[in-house]
Amino acid sequence: MKNDIILAGVGGQGILSIATIIGSAAVKADLFVKQAEVHGMSQRGGDVQSHLRLSNREIASDLIPFGKADMIIAVEPMESLRYLPMLKPGGWLISNINPFINIPNYPPIETVIAEIEKFDCHIALDADKIATELGSPRSANMVILGAASPFIDIPYSELQDAIRAVFGRKGEEVVNMNLAALEKGREFTELNK
Amino acid sequence: MQKLILLGDEAIAQGAIDAGISGIYAYPGTPSTEITEYVHASKEARKKNIKASWAANEKTAMEQALGMSYAGKRTMVCMKHVGLNVAADPFMNSAVTGANGGLIVVAADDPSMHSSQNEQDSRFYGKFAMIPILEPSNQQEAYDMVHYGFELSEKFRLPVMMRITTRLAHSRSGVTRVPSREQNEISLPSNLRQFVLLPAIARKQYKDLLKQQNPLATESEMSGNNIYLDNSDHKMGIIACGIAYNYLMENYEDRHVPYPVLKLTQYPLPRKQIEKMASECNEILVLEDGMPVVEEMLKGFLAQGIKIKGRLDGSIPRDGELNPNIVAVALGLSDSRGKNIPEIVVGRPPSLCRGCSHYDSYTALNEALEAYSKGRVFSDIGCYTLGALAPLEAINSCVDMGASIPMAKGAADAGLVPAIAVIGDSTFTHSGMTGLLDAIIENTPITVVILDNSTTGMTGGQPSAAYGRIPAICKGLGVAEEHIRILKPLKKYHAENVAIFKEEIEYQGISVIIPTRECIQTLGKRVKAGFKAKSIE
Repeated sequence: MKNDIILAGVGGQGILSIATIIGSAAVKADLFVKQAEVHGMSQRGGDVQSHLRLSNREIASDLIPFGKADMIIAVEPMESLRYLPMLKPGGWLISNINPFINIPNYPPIETVIAEIEKFDCHIALDADKIATELGSPRSANMVILGAASPFIDIPYSELQDAIRAVFGRKGEEVVNMNLAALEKGREFTELNK
Repeated sequence: MQKLILLGDEAIAQGAIDAGISGIYAYPGTPSTEITEYVHASKEARKKNIKASWAANEKTAMEQALGMSYAGKRTMVCMKHVGLNVAADPFMNSAVTGANGGLIVVAADDPSMHSSQNEQDSRFYGKFAMIPILEPSNQQEAYDMVHYGFELSEKFRLPVMMRITTRLAHSRSGVTRVPSREQNEISLPSNLRQFVLLPAIARKQYKDLLKQQNPLATESEMSGNNIYLDNSDHKMGIIACGIAYNYLMENYEDRHVPYPVLKLTQYPLPRKQIEKMASECNEILVLEDGMPVVEEMLKGFLAQGIKIKGRLDGSIPRDGELNPNIVAVALGLSDSRGKNIPEIVVGRPPSLCRGCSHYDSYTALNEALEAYSKGRVFSDIGCYTLGALAPLEAINSCVDMGASIPMAKGAADAGLVPAIAVIGDSTFTHSGMTGLLDAIIENTPITVVILDNSTTGMTGGQPSAAYGRIPAICKGLGVAEEHIRILKPLKKYHAENVAIFKEEIEYQGISVIIPTRECIQTLGKRVKAGFKAKSIE
């Protein structure tokens, strides 16, 4: 078993929370994990990515080779496309379609979504809208994780447990919001994949 | 023992706690910051009464560590690669004084310059100082090598360098702990002149350092950190340094490389193992992240004898970080790549946060400078360096910590008047004060803008040594009180701030303007945490 995942987004959008949850679920499931993060200057509103590798045997490189990633999980649509050279043929592209616009030359969003839809294996959803409808706009990243969850070879219940563990300190309400967001994302994929 | 998922940085920190350090010293700098932050946050470290201090700069951090080593206790000092330039004076001399308590200097390099001005390789410094270097390839090795490094340091009575790169520093993986060791008791050097580098003593100590070099090379051969894998295909031998070993292994599905491999994680170079490879293989491929340090050592100037492949002959790009694909190409294996990035995807450079005080300071400065020709603003290292980018385009230099003020003075000496220096509060106390003194002594007509956001922002909001002290420091150094101007960088005060900038820029002497407003990020965190008041530490 091997899942090589590229997480993509903009600094501050919560991709490290996604990585933390998948990572701790994977450790619980007795898998080997490597997770390369971006810290420092790029976190100031720039593009950020994380390489997350799960395997049932020891992992060599912290970086996923180009063309070998099993999936890209993106909380921002244009950022999902930035890492296409990493994705293997037939790999899954799971992306939010709600843009984060902090640059003057952001391309028309229809053209970005059209590029995502060129992929046979894609899941594109408005995670911000779904999270807002749940009353928890900050949980958009968990909606995305939920949408990706059917492709990750970790039991769903382990992901739920990891959310309870990671958000536990913030209280039951936050945990439940995030669990609901995860569930909504997962439902979307089950209906649309 | 307990298994943790740790960043490379955190593995080093946990290793240091478990190996019995009594203190850790650092100035924040990507990618080294999380080492000291981890010790700061560790309950265990607090219980053990481990001193965890942010120093004013890397030099004072190194010197504090040296003092702790003098007193017989184990200590670690951490910095990014360019921080070692600041600490270079005590670092080089610490090789001559030697250590008493175990001393590890962690230098975190940043090949590909993810968050730095250059990609200098700290192994040159280790070699320059003639001390052992440890270069772990993964998080577990980083943890284990901290334990070994302290033993090595105390065995040879020398500081030991641990060199890591961004990728290891900021990547997480499983780490198994070993039982922790008690801290050393206080004990001074048996020779109380060991740390007195008067020429006569230094000459003797330097000879001792030279004498240690062969035993250190033998240690590299025997320690078990440098592993020779004797595989059958002798067309090529491979030397894989530190993390490069992982990229090599990634290219072989079954983890079996057909060629002999030397996994190199300890320096000085293990001579016997390298000679074995050179005598048995037709050529040697050197894989190292950073600069061609080992390759140059093997190759020499005339490049005679066995063919050495690496960054110098183009087998591997001369600059930038390694990855599995670069290594695949160097091995003659096929490269892989997914689809190209669609043309519509544009760059998303980092930018100042919404609501950042620097933005208001720069818009006021830009307006005040409209009357003058462009290219007069010398700046420094920090979030405010982002003021170089559109739409602000407010600054014209960023070289090293503290360079803004002396560069503005030099330009003013050359006749560029007015010249402006823009520096952050933490950078000012790191390396700006001495430059300001130079300008004060000559009353050079420059305007120094100290952007005070009350924190070390770029590295994630560590406390600033300057907090609450800047006006007093400027006054104490000798800036006239009426030319120390404190203002609040907010849109609603824009007109009066522009007027203050204009007045001081026109003044034909040294003046300091201190726009003061807390970093929006640390403010946000404090609001969340129930608005704890900041206090001067």
